[in-house]
Amino acid sequence: MSEATSAPGRIEAAHLHYTYPDGTEALRGVELTVEPGEKVALVGPNGAGKSTFLLHLNGILGGGHGSVVIDGTTVEPATVKRIRAAVGLVFQDPDDQLFSPTVREDVAFGPIHMGVAEHELHHRVERALAAVGMSGFERRVPHHLSLGQRKRIAVATVLSMDPSVLVFDEPTAGLDPRGRRELMAVMASRLETLLVSSHDLAMVAETLPRTVIIDEGAVVADGPSAELLRDEELLEAHGLESPYRLPGESARDAGRSS
Amino acid sequence: MELDRYIPRHSPAHRADARLKIVLAVAAVLGIALLPVGAFVAYALVWLVLVGASAFARLGPTRLMRGSWVVLPFVLVAVPLLFTRPGEALLTVELGPIVLTITDAGLRDMLSIMAKSWLSVQAALLLAYTTPFADLVDALRGLRIPAVIVSIIGFMYRYLAVLTDEAGRMSRARQARSAAAPQGRSGGSFTWRAKVTGAMVGSLFIRSYERSERIYAAMLARGFTGTFQSAELARPDQRSLVWFAVVLAAIVIFVAVVNLWALR
Repeated sequence: MSEATSAPGRIEAAHLHYTYPDGTEALRGVELTVEPGEKVALVGPNGAGKSTFLLHLNGILGGGHGSVVIDGTTVEPATVKRIRAAVGLVFQDPDDQLFSPTVREDVAFGPIHMGVAEHELHHRVERALAAVGMSGFERRVPHHLSLGQRKRIAVATVLSMDPSVLVFDEPTAGLDPRGRRELMAVMASRLETLLVSSHDLAMVAETLPRTVIIDEGAVVADGPSAELLRDEELLEAHGLESPYRLPGESARDAGRSS
Repeated sequence: MELDRYIPRHSPAHRADARLKIVLAVAAVLGIALLPVGAFVAYALVWLVLVGASAFARLGPTRLMRGSWVVLPFVLVAVPLLFTRPGEALLTVELGPIVLTITDAGLRDMLSIMAKSWLSVQAALLLAYTTPFADLVDALRGLRIPAVIVSIIGFMYRYLAVLTDEAGRMSRARQARSAAAPQGRSGGSFTWRAKVTGAMVGSLFIRSYERSERIYAAMLARGFTGTFQSAELARPDQRSLVWFAVVLAAIVIFVAVVNLWALR
């Protein structure tokens, strides 16, 4: 186990396999390395193993073959607590993520479990809410907020833990254009390593420079978003669709004209 | 479905520390329960104090009374007392073979129980109207109620709204397809409809169960290890502690005096 030499936030997954208790083989040898500060999209059809992979990153799932290493620390039962402070997981449905009676308590949940001192706690909650543009919502009740607001608060609940890796599962699903824009602005403003699973390829093209396509439990393509997202053949083979395609125009034409 | 009965106002009753308010509300309910049977003058005094407190909390003098009708189905439990207490007969009702006799002791006991429940509910409502639900949960934790119980209350508050929404969406989806053919009756058979309703309840349960697993994963992801922890609350200030002691002492003295008076 070697300590990270540069900025933290490096993800290395090697030969990662996972089979659910019901026999579904979700991951079949995922290989992926993400450098600190990189912004990476994880795309692929439903059931490709994206969410399963994300749940491995901070040890919610595990026990199959292969390994996940975060900043030189292998994810295993002995290290999982440290890993969970380093890897912030934002779930798709904010109603799952926000389980406390008030926004403040939810944002404070992670830091309290990390043993953050009382005087710093307040500071952390304020900073995390400010980072997602939700300052002043501390005393509000989650179910009285809009989906977009709840999504951003869900992001704040992990930002308050000062992670070096941020993992989002379908962040823009179900949001209206304004809510989607606001969330994209939050993602673009972060300096942490970003790994985002999504079907929103237009968002990927705009926010995340690198794209990894995952299908049937393995990485099938990995490269610059600008290139991969124009490769219609590749995208269609894996149940995806180029965000550049306009009616009556092929992706290659769109690529040439730009 | 809304658990929160909080009515936002600016009053000292709203600003007071929620822990002290909970203790006072419990003391008031206990005190009312300990008042002797048939002490109607004492009940009236308590009622006047509650009306005053409601006005003091800027809720308007009648708000507590208007809110307290929820107690009605529960006080009906006291009605059989009318006929079962031995005492002087006031009225005899014959319902075929059944002869019911209303006694003076029965009437007194029933009215006492009704009055006491009604007053207790108003005392509890005063707490609920002046304190946001989240503060109540925090305060229970501050009063050293076991963390598991407080967390269950907190989760219930958070997810009752989510579940009600989910149930509402399901029943709307059913309504949207509950059509009638141009001719002929609609609705299907009673057993079929009962089956559909049963399936909806079942599916709501499964969805909630699955949601609970996702919530647990979200908790684990943020470092939950099986014990609930939370931020410490600030100590209530000197002045509220003095007020607290004065009100608590007033309740104790009032109950003691009324009871001694009744023993005379």
